[in-house]
Amino acid sequence: MSKVLIYAEIKAGKIKKSAFELASEGRKLADALGGDLGAALIGPGLESFAADLAKYGVDTVYTIEAPELETYNSEYFAQALAHLVNETKPEIVLMSHTMQGKDLAPRTAAKLGMAVMADCISFRLEGTTLIGKRPMYAGKCFAECSATGSPQIATARPNVLETAENPKAGSLSKIAFSVDTSRSTYVTKDLNLDTSGKVDLTEAEIIVSGGRGMGGSDYTLLEEMASIFGSRATIGASRAAVDAGWRKHSDQVGQTGKTVTPNLYIACGISGSIQHLAGMGSSKVIVAINKDTEAPIFTKADFGIVGDLFKVVPEFNKELKAILAE
Amino acid sequence: MKSLVCLKQVPDTETQIKVNADGSGIVTDGIKYVINPYDEFSVEEALRLKEKFKAGEVVILSVGPDRLVEAIRTALAMGADRGVHVCDDAVNNADPFVMAQTLAAAAANIDCDIIFCGHRAIDDDFAETGAMLAELLKIPQITLVTKIEVSADKKSVICERDIEGGKETVESPLPCVVTSQKGLNEPRYASLPGIMKAKKKPVEKKTLSDLGISTEAKLATTNFSMPAARQAGKKYEGMEPQDVAKTVVQALRSEAKVI
Repeated sequence: MSKVLIYAEIKAGKIKKSAFELASEGRKLADALGGDLGAALIGPGLESFAADLAKYGVDTVYTIEAPELETYNSEYFAQALAHLVNETKPEIVLMSHTMQGKDLAPRTAAKLGMAVMADCISFRLEGTTLIGKRPMYAGKCFAECSATGSPQIATARPNVLETAENPKAGSLSKIAFSVDTSRSTYVTKDLNLDTSGKVDLTEAEIIVSGGRGMGGSDYTLLEEMASIFGSRATIGASRAAVDAGWRKHSDQVGQTGKTVTPNLYIACGISGSIQHLAGMGSSKVIVAINKDTEAPIFTKADFGIVGDLFKVVPEFNKELKAILAE
Repeated sequence: MKSLVCLKQVPDTETQIKVNADGSGIVTDGIKYVINPYDEFSVEEALRLKEKFKAGEVVILSVGPDRLVEAIRTALAMGADRGVHVCDDAVNNADPFVMAQTLAAAAANIDCDIIFCGHRAIDDDFAETGAMLAELLKIPQITLVTKIEVSADKKSVICERDIEGGKETVESPLPCVVTSQKGLNEPRYASLPGIMKAKKKPVEKKTLSDLGISTEAKLATTNFSMPAARQAGKKYEGMEPQDVAKTVVQALRSEAKVI
């Protein structure tokens, strides 16, 4: 029986980094509670992943396979995960606040009669009670959250919890399960997965973001910078750039877009509205490039460059290329 | 086409949030409240479906205190037909599970082909209620939807939804819960005649005992705090682009250690 259970998400045949973050955090919680750490894997061809999870402190990897679980489906995956929770009776269930986590966690929780402490950025224990700290109002304030029933279910924001290797022997346990297909659900007709390896904004370590100052939809300069950093970087945008139709809505950082927590946020031609500053204010390091010396973004930036982004960014890219090649 | 739209009232995005002295919540004095932006997309889409099918109804369902009626009236002014306002201190500030339970109990008495929720509310940012409502009603959920096509017989829907770095197209039987994402549409403004008409449209007020349910909180939110104030760092003005680039890139490596 595992005291703590994590749900390990798989994307394009690989365990996501966020699952290792959960395992590392789950290990600490399981040790503090004096119990085992389990990991749930749902889908096809799972056994090969057990060793990866054991490296980050997972004692038991539970797998559920069924023909209906080949492609992610909220109802079927929630059934499987709820079944696994009912079988293994963990006190704490941790999932990632990824695109899939946001879809799966609440449905699974509702099956278990609980709510989710969603999008936590840190955890602590008070006795056996899990307390999650989470941003509200897109990061304009924080609050602590705890559950009043069992199991205590939380999602963690990706890229915030530290990963720590802590190898365990790692055992494998196949859980028997058959999908209840009498429950109505949707059918996936077309799946257009981005397999370029680019991460979602909410999971990116580095974000290169453009705003009104970009003057149009040509983001070549910023894309060049992101590609110098490689797969850990991605492109963001301010609401002004999205509303102008220069970037797609899923790129938007801010209160009506995504709240992000990268290690490095590079804001190019973004003046910094209150909604935008809320959405990116938790970034570890902020660089701002803007012509307007009075732009509010400079009150938050660790490195504020007053200048024309079209002149500064090309030089920035040259320097980055040189220093990263070393 | 009959749509049920779940609507939440939230502080305007311009609001400077402040935490109260004992950390029990935020200071609500002087806050201007608006319809949650994602719920506006829901209202708009429901109106478009009614217009497309040239028949049906758009019902606004909302849980919260008295002031909420302004948000319902705004949706009615956009063109929705009637409102159901659950106003009960037991649930006016409920956690997502209790909110979903309350919405589910109210929705059970409303005839509809599809249920809309915003994919998240921009105040507490839980992003749970839509999926939980779907589960409690035992119907499918389609979250983060950017395109909706209802079949002519109103029995099924094809939706495009955001997935990580891409799109998924799904087909679902109706009724289902759809959660709206930016990109779905451009919400209309309430017209002056719309605002006049909205005053006469019915808004039914309900309590938990009317709905025949009692609830038990699942989450407690405490210890509100403000983020650590971020100080402005170094500002580089009047430098040649190549010099400033070199300086900052080196600082990112040696000082900030992020690259």
